[in-house]
Amino acid sequence: MIDTENLTKKFGDNTAVDSVTLHVDEGEVFGFLGPNGAGKTTTVRMLCCLISKTSGNARIGDYDIGRSEDALKIRRLIGLVPDNVGLYEALSAYDNMDFYGKLYDRTESQRKESIAALLKMLELWEKKDVPVATFSKGMKQKLAIALALVHDPHILFMDEPTANLDPEAAKTVRDFILDLKKQKKTIFLNTHNLDEAQRICDRIAILNTTLRAMGTPEELERSVRGKVTVIQLEESNDAVLAAVKKLKLGDVLAEGNKLTISTANPEKQNATILDAVFRAGGRIQSVNVVGSTLEDAYLKLVREREKV
Amino acid sequence: MNFRHSWIIALKDIKVFIRKRTVLYMIVLLPLMLSVIFPLVIEFAKGGGITGPYLLTLLHSFEWFFVIIPAIIPAPIASYSIVGEKLEKSLERLLATPTTDGEILLGKGLAAFIPTIIATYAGASIFMTLIDAVTNGRLGYLYYPNWDMGVILLLLAPLALLLSIELNIITSSRVTDVRAAGQAGSLMFLPFIGIYIASEIGVFTLDTNNLLIIAGVIAVLDVVLFRISTSLFQREQILTKWK
Repeated sequence: MIDTENLTKKFGDNTAVDSVTLHVDEGEVFGFLGPNGAGKTTTVRMLCCLISKTSGNARIGDYDIGRSEDALKIRRLIGLVPDNVGLYEALSAYDNMDFYGKLYDRTESQRKESIAALLKMLELWEKKDVPVATFSKGMKQKLAIALALVHDPHILFMDEPTANLDPEAAKTVRDFILDLKKQKKTIFLNTHNLDEAQRICDRIAILNTTLRAMGTPEELERSVRGKVTVIQLEESNDAVLAAVKKLKLGDVLAEGNKLTISTANPEKQNATILDAVFRAGGRIQSVNVVGSTLEDAYLKLVREREKV
Repeated sequence: MNFRHSWIIALKDIKVFIRKRTVLYMIVLLPLMLSVIFPLVIEFAKGGGITGPYLLTLLHSFEWFFVIIPAIIPAPIASYSIVGEKLEKSLERLLATPTTDGEILLGKGLAAFIPTIIATYAGASIFMTLIDAVTNGRLGYLYYPNWDMGVILLLLAPLALLLSIELNIITSSRVTDVRAAGQAGSLMFLPFIGIYIASEIGVFTLDTNNLLIIAGVIAVLDVVLFRISTSLFQREQILTKWK
């Protein structure tokens, strides 16, 4: 549904996005993670044909973002939730939605139907005739999402949709994104909220000008360190340490009574490790398998870039 | 070009202006005030012995204000058209819709044109009615309607209005901050004041022939500026360089 190949954007001498190649499948929720200034918004703006690319290629569905004659077709195919809500504060929620519905050439009955459905789903129907200026931040954000969906787009680009929202409003927005996922919408989600990305994204890309990594949240977690087996002994024992090292399953770290063993596959290898500990006379208090988190992966990948 | 899109954008902008009372007052107040003040000046000057020829010269001077008014009024609306979208942070979303630059600019132009021309015509109607009422006794005939006012209202006012709107839109889509757009936009009526002063000091007279020549020059400028405004309206620059 979304394909980019070496997509690059430069502003003068400054490279904002450098050779980004990615693919997003239809119906996928794709998380785009990165720190502020990483090029996430610039990438979305290029994909929405709001700004031009410097080099590389990108396609949205069957259309090329570099072809001016495809730009209007792409904009008809997509919905955009910008990082700023972008609402007409003097107008009501209904008037805001009706305006955009008209610009997407929806008929009056289509507009009425979709506006009512979306505002009801986002619990804004009761306030439909109230000027948006009186809305809370959460209500405005929900309306911003509804606006992007008024023409029933196939692809939704969301730029930090839960930024600055209180936990309850953020949850409502996340739940709504999950509802959209059930409707098989393709969602391209810009965020630096790792927890949110982990909860709702099928796959995640980490960007810091260049694409640092891409995969499922689990794949990214594993890419950093894999898992480790932590064995707490009753007392430290050199023979136990030597026995475990002799297995050559991975790095072994001894800290007091604790042994930390990096293993490729702890589910299969733990039995061998524990057997070696017993044989060497070790008395085990506890055994834990600890995995790395998406945060570990994110920080490592982003910092790698900073070092470069 | 999908004119329906432009019309939708214009109607939305007009709706926003109506809700923002200050903009509405700016549109209505000036033509209304001048349309009443000028006849009052004529009426109160009666005792001062204004003779027939001098009265006609005075009326001629007043008429030009119905060219200046449409050059002044759209400044806040037209400069707000792009700047306002940027202020409300709604421009990115609008630019992401399947509308072309030309459709957006035409919509913004219509939003400034329609209320201004209505206010100008309403003010001119009041002005002409009141002037006829206060001068009929002295002149012995109804001064309005006449050819000069016809040229002013049907040609010069709309053309001057278009010129002002285009200059304001160009300014507001090029400058990089909101105050600069407002300040630059408010200077657009100066050429029309210049013409007024030139006529008052006798450089030329604002007779029907000269009015038609001025209208022709403004029409050419309108066409040139429309082309410039569409070529200067760059989505990328507006999105990435605006503060």
